[in-house]
Amino acid sequence: MPVGSVPPKYKVTIDMDLCMLCERCIENCPYGTFRREGSKIQIISRACTGCHRCIAMCPRDAISLEEKPVDYRSHPVWSREAREAIYTQAQSGKIILTGMGNTLDVPQIFDRLLLDACQVTNPSIDPLREPIELRTYIGKKPRKIEIKKTSEGDTDLVTELAPNLKCETPIMIGHMSYGAISLNAQLSMARGASEVGTFMGTGEGGLHKSLYPYQKNMIVQIASGRFGVDIDYLERGAAIEIKIGQGAKPGIGGHLPGEKVDEEVSKTRMIPLYSDAISPAPHHDIYSIEDLSQLVRSLKEATEWKKPVFVKIAAVHNVAAIAAGIARSSADAVVIDGFRGGTGSAPRVFRDHVGIPIEAAIAAVDAKLNEQGIRNEVSVIASGGIRDSADVTKAIALGADSVYIGTAALVSLGCRVCGSCYRGLCPWGIATQREDLTARIDPDIMYKNVSNLIHGWTLEISELMGAAGINSIESLRGNRDRLRGYMLDENILSVLDVKTVGADA
Amino acid sequence: MMEKTRTIDAKGMHYTPLNKEIRAAVKDGITEIILDHINGQRFIGDGLRGEDVRIIINGVPGGDLCMFMSGPTCIVHANAEHAPGNTMDSGTIYIHGTAGDAVAHSMRGGEVYVRDSIGYRGGIHMKEYKDKCPVVVVGEYARAFLGEYMAGGIIIVLGRGKQPPVDERGVGTGIHGGELYIRGEVPDHLLGIGAEKKPFTEADRQKIRPYIEKYCREFGVDEPELFSDEYVHIGPSSARPFAGKYCWE
Repeated sequence: MPVGSVPPKYKVTIDMDLCMLCERCIENCPYGTFRREGSKIQIISRACTGCHRCIAMCPRDAISLEEKPVDYRSHPVWSREAREAIYTQAQSGKIILTGMGNTLDVPQIFDRLLLDACQVTNPSIDPLREPIELRTYIGKKPRKIEIKKTSEGDTDLVTELAPNLKCETPIMIGHMSYGAISLNAQLSMARGASEVGTFMGTGEGGLHKSLYPYQKNMIVQIASGRFGVDIDYLERGAAIEIKIGQGAKPGIGGHLPGEKVDEEVSKTRMIPLYSDAISPAPHHDIYSIEDLSQLVRSLKEATEWKKPVFVKIAAVHNVAAIAAGIARSSADAVVIDGFRGGTGSAPRVFRDHVGIPIEAAIAAVDAKLNEQGIRNEVSVIASGGIRDSADVTKAIALGADSVYIGTAALVSLGCRVCGSCYRGLCPWGIATQREDLTARIDPDIMYKNVSNLIHGWTLEISELMGAAGINSIESLRGNRDRLRGYMLDENILSVLDVKTVGADA
Repeated sequence: MMEKTRTIDAKGMHYTPLNKEIRAAVKDGITEIILDHINGQRFIGDGLRGEDVRIIINGVPGGDLCMFMSGPTCIVHANAEHAPGNTMDSGTIYIHGTAGDAVAHSMRGGEVYVRDSIGYRGGIHMKEYKDKCPVVVVGEYARAFLGEYMAGGIIIVLGRGKQPPVDERGVGTGIHGGELYIRGEVPDHLLGIGAEKKPFTEADRQKIRPYIEKYCREFGVDEPELFSDEYVHIGPSSARPFAGKYCWE
């Protein structure tokens, strides 16, 4: 039943006084927003996704973009999004898919947490003249160590240590698979991560051979579809991550549509060309916490206990109890992904409404593991909506060992968070497999953006720590006294175990 | 001439040292490894490589037997626990008895032969790639959710001594590749969403014949009806069972 067309989301205009008809906008827009007609550029605003590629490439700054040029009658309950979702579903009767993270205007707890700094007493530290230790070891730590004095007077370590990842910064790049994103995007991030001595996840898409040079900085993922997983893949990674859930879509699986499974993606995932890659909602060999422990051990056994094994879960209501169960398996790290986490494609209703914020999840997991006396034995990696070095610092102060960034790393490659990843036409060459588009990322140049970003954030973290008189990341971890809640209610403050602004030390 | 067979007494042995010994044997060029007194050790042969290696297991192995294995042949002279052949890449497993749940879970290549019955979720999410086409042959019967989410490969249920060989629901739910062949009858209402019956042709009969022969040879079975009887052929109704569920924002 026709309901007429909904108003365009964007209005694109070209200042014809500035335009020199170079047609770069036409070349750059894969959505067909621009068309040359005689001596002018014809604009089809309805096709625009707001990705800014044309604006970034216009040599004359002639293009303007206006969001929501024709809005609906304002209404406090019936938002534009609510109304448009109904029109879409009234016509299709289907589940609405979206790209990138949560778009609801939910309060950001991070923004309501304030960091501390030294004044007069406990003088601050200048990272320029004193070392600030940011090196982070991810993996199992022994409960106690046994040492032995040798006859020469040396001390030998008797306890056998579990393998750990040595990260030069508490910032890692999370799992985004080849297929969901392009190989050039993966290559840029892998090289960028290697450059700054940190790690990056492969996602559930296998490990393309051109990434082998960076494999010692890559964490391979094993998810419910087991795509691209064989013993060779497991042995190549620096660590192995079992993906149980994702913050953007807790509780459901993933479907990579066949159109995205081209020759190279097919080889890397080890599935037939143009076939759908369906990852079931659960791992069908994991129906209990005991089964999970079995998969952890199976992976360790297959790789001769040489690799740390992480388990990633979405932050859901009982995240703390689940994390405690994971910590008691042989897993080396728990990854918690909050409900603001990004995705290439997820049902809108899941992305916006399922799960809990990462800030509360970190605090709850840290508290539970402490309560059970096992926090020191396992690492906690937090992800899902980490936007800057302040978020990283606050996440660590709440109890995380390190963070995964996803969207932020993509933004460093040009992503404008337009949220149209699922269309497979990403004009920035990220969420696409179309060759002319992926060629827009030259990994030999763009890796620098990624390493610059992580380097910049790392510098900021050391400044923040120095200002707070903290010279090592271990002293920041779980140090909630360095946080104060601003306009947060008592319940949240108690979950976070953080005092309100103005409270005594 | 070097000794090609090695016997390991696994009595009371933990799985990690056991697997270490198996790997060491393969490294030494041993081609037949006999494991005696196996009693529930999990992960035997996990991630093991070696085309010409045979592992003979005397006793009941624990879960995830031969997970991620690439190449070897493993013969179990007893029942097996859950998920033998889990995410296996290539190689063969023969089980002289029954096997538990999730047999051949997510297996990409290789073959699993179970003389008797298997538990729930047999062959779930098996997949195939190029020359790799995983095969599961079950002698007697399979429990519910057989071949769910299958993306490739072949599951054959012979129904020896048990008809119908599958009488529980969820057969092939979400299947989008691969085939099931079940000897005898399978009522329509047991088929899951996305699965449908297809004609059982002469080409199908020829296709499954070598696997049934291999089954008969290994387990000493001489039943000509396994070759002449009708099989129910079940496959995907669509290569994209989920495509119709979604629309874009």
